[in-house]
Amino acid sequence: MSKENSILKRSKSFFAEIGEMAYFAGRFFKEIFRKPFEFKELIRQCYNVGIRSLFLVVVTGFIIGLVFTLQSRPTLEEFGAVSWMPSMISVSIIREIGPVIIALICAGRIGSGIGAELGSMKVTEQIDAMEVSGTNPFKYLVVTRILAVTLMLPLLVIIGDTVALIGSAMVENLKGGVSYTLYFNMAFSSLSFSDIIPATVKTVLFGFAIGLVGTYKGYNCAKGTVGVGEASNSAVVYSSMLLFIIDFIAVFVSDIFF
Amino acid sequence: MNKEDRKIVLELKDIHKSFGKNHVLKGFNLKLYEGENLVIMGKSGSGKSVMVKSIVGLIQPDSGSITIKDHDIITMGQEELDFLRTEIGFLFQGSALYDSMTVRENLEFPLRRHKDKVKNFEGTEKSVTQALESVGLLHAIDLMPAELSGGMMRRVALARALILKPEIIMYDEPTAGLDPITSNEIIQLMRTIQKEYNTSSLIITHDVDCARVISNRIILLVDGINYAEGTYDELSTSSDPQTRAFFKN
Repeated sequence: MSKENSILKRSKSFFAEIGEMAYFAGRFFKEIFRKPFEFKELIRQCYNVGIRSLFLVVVTGFIIGLVFTLQSRPTLEEFGAVSWMPSMISVSIIREIGPVIIALICAGRIGSGIGAELGSMKVTEQIDAMEVSGTNPFKYLVVTRILAVTLMLPLLVIIGDTVALIGSAMVENLKGGVSYTLYFNMAFSSLSFSDIIPATVKTVLFGFAIGLVGTYKGYNCAKGTVGVGEASNSAVVYSSMLLFIIDFIAVFVSDIFF
Repeated sequence: MNKEDRKIVLELKDIHKSFGKNHVLKGFNLKLYEGENLVIMGKSGSGKSVMVKSIVGLIQPDSGSITIKDHDIITMGQEELDFLRTEIGFLFQGSALYDSMTVRENLEFPLRRHKDKVKNFEGTEKSVTQALESVGLLHAIDLMPAELSGGMMRRVALARALILKPEIIMYDEPTAGLDPITSNEIIQLMRTIQKEYNTSSLIITHDVDCARVISNRIILLVDGINYAEGTYDELSTSSDPQTRAFFKN
């Protein structure tokens, strides 16, 4: 009986949290169109999210391209289909691997950072201090961060995808003697708008999810240092889970329309 | 002037607040008069911080009314409440300085939205330097909060609370965690500021010295209600042992 109660209690709190997060998202959409627009803070957050994640995204993208090509080469060689390498790599990186892996990397770096930063601000009463001074902390802290991640993640993914293709082209050039021009010609000729548009829309949603979960967890952080750790940790766990759910829905929808 | 003749700037009537089964405030009442320094004393967990946070709208009481300068804050909309909050300065227990901003930016922050409200506003730079001069920390204007000592942080937080020239200042444990010398400096600073800015102050403290030096009147908050009320001399010499216990050093 107590086990059933515990499961019931956990399910209740899980659904309550989903409801609270939906309300939080609703508040974001309400506040986004209200003055003041906090452009200065938005630009600062775009710099924090975008420029400071660039190195990690470039390194990750390059390694994805290198490893994916090196791992696929023997199998394609076996079937005499090495010439398909640029097409295969470009389609799979642009459509799926690039957005998902880079979004996961960013969920780790950006999501946990936002969760910890807002969590510690909550614990040290900095958010209360903003509220007491008659400033809307939701607008200043939450709206700017969610917008920054939503705007920056697609750009990071485009950069990451490009670097991944460069990495792949390098392997093909060194191992198969394929020129860079030929590689990129083949890679881009096999891509269509139906590959690029759904993938880009998906990254916008990924960015929104990372920003939303990170800010929600930090803004509603429980008191104490343990609360900050939990906010940071659960921001990564929840946003990673949410990324896969969004990915599944996006693939399902794009399969119908494209 | 008689207490009854003075204007009431803040009034709490029959405030109740519970967190689950924990009844923190059970009908607390308070009146703060213009220019008065009212000290609230009570044991840890007696509901002092909940009470002071209810006044600025950070916590919603379950029942009762809170009136600031004839405005009932409980029924007030967010915009109105934000505007009324500019009439109140709040010094947090842990200073609550924005740690990603310099001292200057910390002080500029409340002015971003409400500089029109400040009487005789002479520009952001002038307001910031003036507030920092009042707390004797102009030299720290470009430092980050992490570079300040505990006492300096408290003084910067006080300067930030003063930047909108509020009529009421609330101090949540202003001397907590400070050494006796720094505590004394903060107490003296509070007195100077009260004279300079002509504010009414609500001070939550455990510090008997602070209460003795600064209070015009003291309320003892015990088990969520007004247990005793009077001047420092009246309460410290009270015949009630529980009241007297608060004033033993």
